[in-house]
Formats: sequence, C-alpha cells, structure tokens
Amino acid sequence: MEKGRTYTLKIWRQNNSSSKGAFKTYTIENISPGSSFLEMLDILNNELEAKGEDPVHFDHDCREGICGMCSLFVNGRPHGPEEEITACQLHMRSFKDGETIVIEPWRAKAFPVIKDLVVDRSAFDRIIQAGGFISVNTGPLPDANEIPIPKQNADLAMDAAACIGCGACVAACKNASAMLFVSAKVSQLALLPQGNAERKRRALAMVDQMDQEGFGACSNTGACAAECPKGIDLTNIARLNREYLTASFAGAE
Amino acid sequence: MSWVKKTLSSTIGRKLLVSLTGIFLIIFLVVHLIGNLQLFKDDGGYAFNAYAKFMTTNTLIVLASYVLYLTIIAHVVISAALTLFNRKARGGENYMVTKSSSNSPWTSRNMGVLGTIVLIFIVIHLSNFWYHMKFGETPMVKYEKTMSGDIAIAQNFAVESFSKDLLKQDMVYKDLYKMVAEAFKQEWLVILYILAMAGLAFHLAHGFQSAFQTLGINHKKYTPFIEKLGLAFSVIVPALFASMPIIFYFKG
Repeated sequence: MEKGRTYTLKIWRQNNSSSKGAFKTYTIENISPGSSFLEMLDILNNELEAKGEDPVHFDHDCREGICGMCSLFVNGRPHGPEEEITACQLHMRSFKDGETIVIEPWRAKAFPVIKDLVVDRSAFDRIIQAGGFISVNTGPLPDANEIPIPKQNADLAMDAAACIGCGACVAACKNASAMLFVSAKVSQLALLPQGNAERKRRALAMVDQMDQEGFGACSNTGACAAECPKGIDLTNIARLNREYLTASFAGAE
Repeated sequence: MSWVKKTLSSTIGRKLLVSLTGIFLIIFLVVHLIGNLQLFKDDGGYAFNAYAKFMTTNTLIVLASYVLYLTIIAHVVISAALTLFNRKARGGENYMVTKSSSNSPWTSRNMGVLGTIVLIFIVIHLSNFWYHMKFGETPMVKYEKTMSGDIAIAQNFAVESFSKDLLKQDMVYKDLYKMVAEAFKQEWLVILYILAMAGLAFHLAHGFQSAFQTLGINHKKYTPFIEKLGLAFSVIVPALFASMPIIFYFKG
C-alpha cells in the first residue's frame, strides 16, 4: 500500500458573517491518496477536536456529487482542479505529496459567509421561488407520451436540469454572476410544454430576483461553464437572454 | 417603473445596450476602414480629401456622426458602470488564489482595460485629425485634370494661410491627406497607433462574438461561423488600420 501523504492546508477561518476572517495554516499527515477531499477534511477535524480546537465548518451532504451542497474553492478553482466533479468527488490523488492546498469559501456578495467555508446560498432558493416552477393541478398520473415532446428538446431540458445549484458558476465568475444557474433553471422549464405557459413571467421574475440579490452581470467569459460540475453550457445563457428580452419587449407584463 | 426603464436597467438589459452599441461600432469600423483605404490611392490625396469633405459636409453623414458620438459615449459609460457594479458583486473579500486562466480567455477578462486603451486612442486620434478638420486650420490643396485625364495637384495654387473663401472654389480641398502624411512621420505616434490597434484587436476578439451571445444568438448552425468571422475581423481590420501609419512612415 502506498504510504500516506502530507499536505499543508491554508484554510479560511471566519467565526460568523459579521466577524473578519483570516487564513489559518494546518499540516496534515498520513493521508491516503484514495481518500476523498472531504474525508481529508474529516480527518483534520477529528484531529482539531481531539486537541479541543474548533473544527473547520464546511457544507456537505450526499457525498455522491448530486446534492450540490459542497462548495469549496480549492487552489483557485471551484470544486478543485478536476473537471466536471464536485468537491466531494475530488480525491487526494489529484494533489502531489507535500503540496500546499488553499481552501476558500465561495466569494460573492449574494453568498455571505456563515462560518469558515460555509456560505449562505438561500439567494438561489429565492430565485427559484420567484419563478422556477410550473403552476399545474396535480391530478391523476397522466398516460405516458400523452404530451409529445421532441427528443431533442427532452435532451436539452434534461441537460439543463442536471444543475445541482451548487453555486460554482457564481464562485468562478469574475463578476459573481448567477446567469448560468438561472439560465439552466429557465431553460429546463422553457424547453418543455409544461413550462411553456409561464415562460415569459418566469424569465422576468427570476432575472428580477437575480438582480435584487446582488449577483453581477454576465460578460460571457465562459468561466462558469468551464467550472460547472454538471457541464451546463453557455447556450443556456443565450437562451435566458432570448427568453428575458422576448418577454420584456413582446410580453404583456 | 415603466417596462422600458425596468428592462434597460436590469443586468441583461444593460448588457443588451453594450452589445447593440458594440455592434454599431463594429459597423462603423468597416465604414471608417473603407474610407481610410483611399489614403493608398496614388493621386496626391484627391480621393481621400474628397471623401473627407463628403463625410464632414453631407447632412445625413453629419447626423450619423452625432449618433456615432452618442454611441461611443453610451458604450463607454454603460460598460464602465457595469464593471463597477460587477466588482461590487464579488463582496468584501476577494480570493487569495484564482486560476482564471484555466477557465476563460484573457481577452474576456480584460475588456475594461482593452476598452480604456481604445478610448484613450480615440481621444488622441480625434485631436490629431478630426478636431483640425472640423474646427482648426488645415493646409489646403487644389487639384486639376492632367492631359492624360488623371487628377493631380495643381502646381500654381499656393496659399499662405487658411481661408474659408478659397474652399468654395472648385477642386480646392482641405488637405487632410498632407496632415496624415506629416503626422505619421513621427515615430512615437506610429508606435502609439500600432499599440492601440493591438488593443482594439484583442477587444474585438472577445467583443464580436460576445455581442451575439448577449443578444441570445447562440446556434449550432451559426455560432461557429460568427466566432470565425469575429476572429478574422479582429485580426484583419485592426491590421489594415495599423498598416496606414506604418506605410506612411516608411514612405515619408
């Protein structure tokens, strides 16, 4: 078995949203290259607790890459150096023995730090509440294929629906823009007949909420799509621009 | 709030204005380039001076030029305001480490810097030529038809000082061509123009295709073409503009 690795960790520590944070350096030893990034942090926290110190707070839930809870900015990139994975799917084999790893929280005015690496992403929830739904009566189960949906649209909607709302797009964007997230949610519903009825109202309401939350404007750098763990692409942002502008100029509201 | 105001003050609405003004400026570049290519005609500057006269006296063109000034100001002001707004969206702390080179092109992240280079250039460029053409005194030139039917500079026309009355004479022009030729004998100015055109090239490399994305135009059939056209445009147009000071410098 390969011997354990040693890492120097520079971790953002911040007591609460109103206090000032700072980086703290830790050395961690005997880490298996097969351990996940979050397991490495668990080991660190065990050591900190054994010493009676405050453990590093970080968000996590499913640890299967589908819940969107983990939100670590690792060595300058959201979810770390690998492509299309979340931080929980990142493994220590991606880091050289003896490497210094800098771990920061998502940085955005709309995502205030709650503690250490945990940020408040309820801004995303409020955007969804503004229009990321369809208003239908839930009757009995409809027959399969009762509503015809072209395969191509179903695929595009499914691709957009892959968004887990982790906020990596906001974290990666130099403008802290939430356009990729909002565009994925708007696209997912606008592409399907069930979402069509409310598409104009939805685009207006969700963009309005996005602006109110204090996210920046999109300058088409593409950083969001490059860092998205679910591979949401920029055609969604173009679709959101279309949806919003059509709703504004051609809609009744 | 009226829907117009609401739309145009949203982040997408403000980007729409940046995109539309940008596309207008791209079209202007084409017009400006075609006009300036008259500099390369070997006719003592007749074609260029006649073109310059048309551009500064034709009512429609003069009206269009006011739209152009407004467009430039709008593009700059809205972009600058958006840049400040976007900076604030990051919040109080910034990242200690960022690897943005791994996820986005350099040009896309530096449109503000590149745009500022172009803006400074525009101010210098206008004070070099436009101001003198419009308000200042310029050298004057008279052309005549030669025996062979070509147009050449009339030798018997010598003016000591600038005179508006003389301009009313047939074939007498403000000699902007001579001003251009004189200006581009200065090494520093030639270098400045080349650097500014490099700035413009990088600004266009991102701006051209970004303008279409902002309009919501991203299509499997057209976007690859738009991207290639944008890249070709951002290389060819600034290169042709930059060739003017270079050629005049080595001719002069």
